[in-house]
Amino acid sequence: MRKNKFAIFGMSVLALFILVAILAPVIAPYDPSDMVDDETLPPSRAHLFGTDDLGRDIFSRAVYGARISLTVGIVAVTIAILIGTLLGATAGYFGGLIDGSIMRFVDVMLSFPSIFLILTIQAMLTPNIYNVMVVIGLTSWMGVARLVRGEYLRIRELQYVEAARAIGCSDLRIMFRHILPNAQAPIIVAATLGMAGAILTESALSFLGMGVQPPMPSWGNMLMDAQAYMRDAPWMAVIPGLLILVTVLSLYFVGEGLREALDPRQYHA
Amino acid sequence: MRKYILRRLLQLLPLLIGVSLLSFFVMHLAPGDPTALFTDPNIDPIELARIRANWGLDKPIIVQYFYWLGNALRGNFGNSYMTGQPVINEVLARLPNTLLLMVSSYILTLLITIPLGVISAVKKGSWFDNLITFLSFAGMATPSFWLGLMLMLLFSVHLGWLPAVGMHDPLLHDPSILARVIDVARHMILPLTTMTLLSLAGITRYQRAAMLEVLGQDYIRTARAKGLPERVVIFKHALRNALIPIVTILGLSLPSLFGGAFIIETIFAWPGMGRLGVLAIFQRNYPLIMGIVVFSAVLIMLGNLLADLGYALVDPRIRYEKK
Repeated sequence: MRKNKFAIFGMSVLALFILVAILAPVIAPYDPSDMVDDETLPPSRAHLFGTDDLGRDIFSRAVYGARISLTVGIVAVTIAILIGTLLGATAGYFGGLIDGSIMRFVDVMLSFPSIFLILTIQAMLTPNIYNVMVVIGLTSWMGVARLVRGEYLRIRELQYVEAARAIGCSDLRIMFRHILPNAQAPIIVAATLGMAGAILTESALSFLGMGVQPPMPSWGNMLMDAQAYMRDAPWMAVIPGLLILVTVLSLYFVGEGLREALDPRQYHA
Repeated sequence: MRKYILRRLLQLLPLLIGVSLLSFFVMHLAPGDPTALFTDPNIDPIELARIRANWGLDKPIIVQYFYWLGNALRGNFGNSYMTGQPVINEVLARLPNTLLLMVSSYILTLLITIPLGVISAVKKGSWFDNLITFLSFAGMATPSFWLGLMLMLLFSVHLGWLPAVGMHDPLLHDPSILARVIDVARHMILPLTTMTLLSLAGITRYQRAAMLEVLGQDYIRTARAKGLPERVVIFKHALRNALIPIVTILGLSLPSLFGGAFIIETIFAWPGMGRLGVLAIFQRNYPLIMGIVVFSAVLIMLGNLLADLGYALVDPRIRYEKK
């Protein structure tokens, strides 16, 4: 019950943030890239979160930043889930040499600190929001692949799969029509937690200047701008960080709640 | 056991080749080449061709890779484009600083996480458990660089207690060893705290879950039924078994610890391998990037191997030879 309260809190926060992201033009009092007032004004009635080093309204930037950060999270995790599910399903279903080579590739990918690989790719391409989504997706599917493979290894031995094979279903049909629905639960949990990870990675990349490029506001690149004004405008650093924290925390709560609800076998705590 | 270690070490080689191959091709995805970054745009084309040939950039990528691999297998990772120094020297010069940070963080994490996880599990549902659960989630949700900035804001900017960046005070003229150690320690507090708080969060969750699982086992009920004092049940019967999965988690968390080091070292200007790596990426310093990728991959793989061996050490039920 206690956990569910956490999950409901997470759900509400996410719903609120998604609403804010969709309605950004209505909610934001100013254009996020307009210099509307003096530089580095502290939070006040006119500027809820203050203004930044260029006199832009931080509240408006944070509202538009929600759009960017959530979109990056959703797209990146979709890519990761697609790749992970496809490779994991293939490895787990067919086994043998196919399994061996796919899993060795997973091992290789897991031997990098992924932020290093992402940074390298970003430095070689021209960083922009589309690259960020794709690159994060391409470097975070390994956990999903392992998970899905495990599920497929277990499920493919079940009798109903044997029955499906006996009536002549094709491998593809068995993999995606028969097995996948039964492997869904852990994938959904992984997607929620993966989105949290993707949002954290995006913020780190943008913070290092290798992610979403200014003037487009993302919570991460707002923090990059804040670094030079720590003494004079600490609110520039505090607010975007808190927003990232609350979003990611909500995703974790929802993920844990889903894990508990969907998969009681894996739930120990 | 020796056979197992040997086999695992041999398995490292193809994995390393995979890692280096992948990073080599990722690096060369970029249009143009690094000479564009640090030569005069009006350079004489003949001179430019000479530099490119000197760095081997005029050959096809696949040839360049095998050339690199051949040298790397003989321990030669090339020279940094920026300083002209051998990559291996640059990396080895920074490695101890990174290890100092990482090993201290590991030790600190273990010292804090075990009691927290145990108390949290034993007092499941208490306010303490709820607080620890909440804080662990919050810790996992905090961006490392932001936590670093906030600590810096509080302890360096506002309170002025600790130096914000670097590893040594350039104005320190006291040559005594003690003064130097204290100087480094003071510089280390903020990055170390950031790193530890972040890894603490995840591992405490695991420690709690492991402890809860063990506490539900039959032999714990037996121990209690025998009338053993609760203290003995928890510390002697339960804790020992609950520590086993933690050994694996410590190994598995190595890549993220390394990843964290890249960012934390960058914010705090800590002269370690992570910061060197980020700089190398920004400068497109190919040989240095490759050297750091390979070094971190080796360290991560050795860490995993150590974790697996540690696993066998703490759990006599696991025997690798028989498999």
